[in-house]
Amino acid sequence: MFSFIIRRVGTIMLTMLCLTLVVFFLVNLEPNLKKLAISQTEMHTSAEQLESWLANHGYRQNFFQRYGQWLGVLPEQPITDPATGNTTQRFSFCNDPTVPTFSGVLEGDFGCSTKFKTTVAAKLFPALGATGILMLCVLAVMVPVSLLIGVLAGMREGSRTDRVLSVASIASTATPEYVSGVIFTVIFASWLGWLNGSAASASQGITFYNFTLPVITLAIYGIGYIARMTRASMVEVMTQQYIRTARLKGLSFKSVVVKHALRNALIAPFTVIMLQFPWLLTGVVIVEVMFRYQGFGYTLVEAAGNNDIDLLLGCSLVSVFIVLITQLISDVGYAFLNPRIRVQ
Amino acid sequence: MQAQYIGASTIILEVLWRFWPVWVALAIVMGASFLYKKKLALYGQLFDSGVGIAGVFICLFWLFTAIFASTVSPFDPLGQIPIMKDTLPGAIEPQSGLVYLFGGDKLARDVFSRMVYGSQIVLIIAPAATGFALMVGITLGLPAGYYGGKIDSILSFLANLVLAFPVILLFYLLVTPGIMDTPIPYALAGVFFLFPIIFFCVLFWTRFKNRPDRIYILLGLTLVIGGWIYLGLVFDRDPLHIVHIDPNQLNIFVAVVFASSPGVFRIVRGLTMDIKTRDYVAAAQTRGESPWYIMLWEILPNARGPLIVDACLRIGYTTILLGTLGYFGLGLAPESPDWGTAIKDASRLLRSFIHPALPPTIALMSFVLGLNLLADSLREQSMKD
Repeated sequence: MFSFIIRRVGTIMLTMLCLTLVVFFLVNLEPNLKKLAISQTEMHTSAEQLESWLANHGYRQNFFQRYGQWLGVLPEQPITDPATGNTTQRFSFCNDPTVPTFSGVLEGDFGCSTKFKTTVAAKLFPALGATGILMLCVLAVMVPVSLLIGVLAGMREGSRTDRVLSVASIASTATPEYVSGVIFTVIFASWLGWLNGSAASASQGITFYNFTLPVITLAIYGIGYIARMTRASMVEVMTQQYIRTARLKGLSFKSVVVKHALRNALIAPFTVIMLQFPWLLTGVVIVEVMFRYQGFGYTLVEAAGNNDIDLLLGCSLVSVFIVLITQLISDVGYAFLNPRIRVQ
Repeated sequence: MQAQYIGASTIILEVLWRFWPVWVALAIVMGASFLYKKKLALYGQLFDSGVGIAGVFICLFWLFTAIFASTVSPFDPLGQIPIMKDTLPGAIEPQSGLVYLFGGDKLARDVFSRMVYGSQIVLIIAPAATGFALMVGITLGLPAGYYGGKIDSILSFLANLVLAFPVILLFYLLVTPGIMDTPIPYALAGVFFLFPIIFFCVLFWTRFKNRPDRIYILLGLTLVIGGWIYLGLVFDRDPLHIVHIDPNQLNIFVAVVFASSPGVFRIVRGLTMDIKTRDYVAAAQTRGESPWYIMLWEILPNARGPLIVDACLRIGYTTILLGTLGYFGLGLAPESPDWGTAIKDASRLLRSFIHPALPPTIALMSFVLGLNLLADSLREQSMKD
């Protein structure tokens, strides 16, 4: 088990290295650098000025050298004026060093956001905190509701409850966030006026009024999927021999479901819930943009829209890390929950 | 000048009437399928359950809407008639006397016509991209599952690499206006679009290599048709100027194929690993069949059930992805009538007008729902066997 985890962590590291290299390559394509230079300089700058801005801020160094600097295995060079030989900071708003230092991701320095004029850490981590709150609320709604629906539907396969709930969960998996978000906003904000169609005020204080719509919008897609998986697992468990034995023993249907079936039926949904995180990440981006909630997804869109290289790299690092670590947890957790599986 | 309106019930009747070519086509196809359902194998069995009928109905409805879009929609989806700006549903356009059935949007275009034409974009790109993703996934997944070992480790690592990307980040990196100046989308397209040609060549070669009368015709046809489409799609150099794709649509296409082929790869790999332990595979191995013959003619046909179900779900998923792209304004032209772009435009103005938002959302939802219902009932039918 221990060596399994070590090996998996090694794969995760390798994957993250490859992915950041790919992202680094894509954000440093010539058109993207041009876009960055244009957004960072005044309007109507000539091509030479753009070029000199890029050179002055170190974007014209060798690709692998810059990747090494970002990673922290090569020392980050301050900008040297060729005429005087004086060194200056790359970006004054980030306290960039004036002497060559190792300051990359490995040293815990995520770099400098050109869009928000601050360090990536100062922007990214509060945003992650805000998204964490959103995610917690979503999970608190999504998991119990979907498990309940799945268990109720799978308890008696083919019954009317099963059919109704199954079609409802298929319908919810057919509703992406930008569709359900619009529909909920129309119903609850425009028509009934119960809830606020914008979560912009949620950064000051979360209330039922401004936070419900983002949470249910994000939860609804996952609910259908997890409920279907739970149903399938519940149906399978209910056909097992030990359930029949328990029934023949004379136990009531309720106690058979609660005591014998439920525990075994909930193993499979655990994996599914964990693997929902990658999708939740995409959903978070849509929902945060739609409801103007200043979290991780909003930051990612801003970073991508302005080609904010360091911030975008930070965002991709975080999201890839979340995806991979939830996969690891789901594998390890599954082995713990289901004693029939032994990890080699 | 104030626009004239028609009543709610008239709107409903008018909408139903506008779809008349769709109803006619639906009646013919559904009626024929119902009559001959005994002879139609898996497709016929769909008509045994309510869920299946609903799924087929919704999917065919949107298919025919896309085909007859020019007859169904009363207006040009891009045409702006200034007087109709932000009109509510049922407003009569004074010049032609036709009705803006679902009202006008902020650029004074007919919401109904845009919804109808939007189906064309979705129904062309989503199934085609899914088809290519299937080809890529199958061509790589079969050897990975069959041989295992190094090939499997490398391909699985690559697939997991792509799957570890959140889709939205992938799209932001791959579908930007800037990237079309670089050779990346064309290189990716060049690689992806090779897979169908390779797939069919190997498919025919393994089966008919000892029958010269068939093999040369089939290989020739594959290469000519495949090469023709390849030239048109990747290099935009179709000698006959029939196959053509805009650079931004190619970019979207490539990004969607790129995002969904690792999923197909995983499924095919898993199925292959399962099926290769069966007796008929061992029998074929003993007969001395080549590995690719076994993969393509023994394993693949037996994996078709789950693959068809997955393809249905995946078209729905691709539709959702296309909507996501439209919602973030990536790739598609800003005035394009596709549903995602329409939802984006409308959702910004929800406080003042809600009517432009509802038709595209309901359209997208119903189409994906239809595909999901179809997949669900296909799964149930194939489990019965």
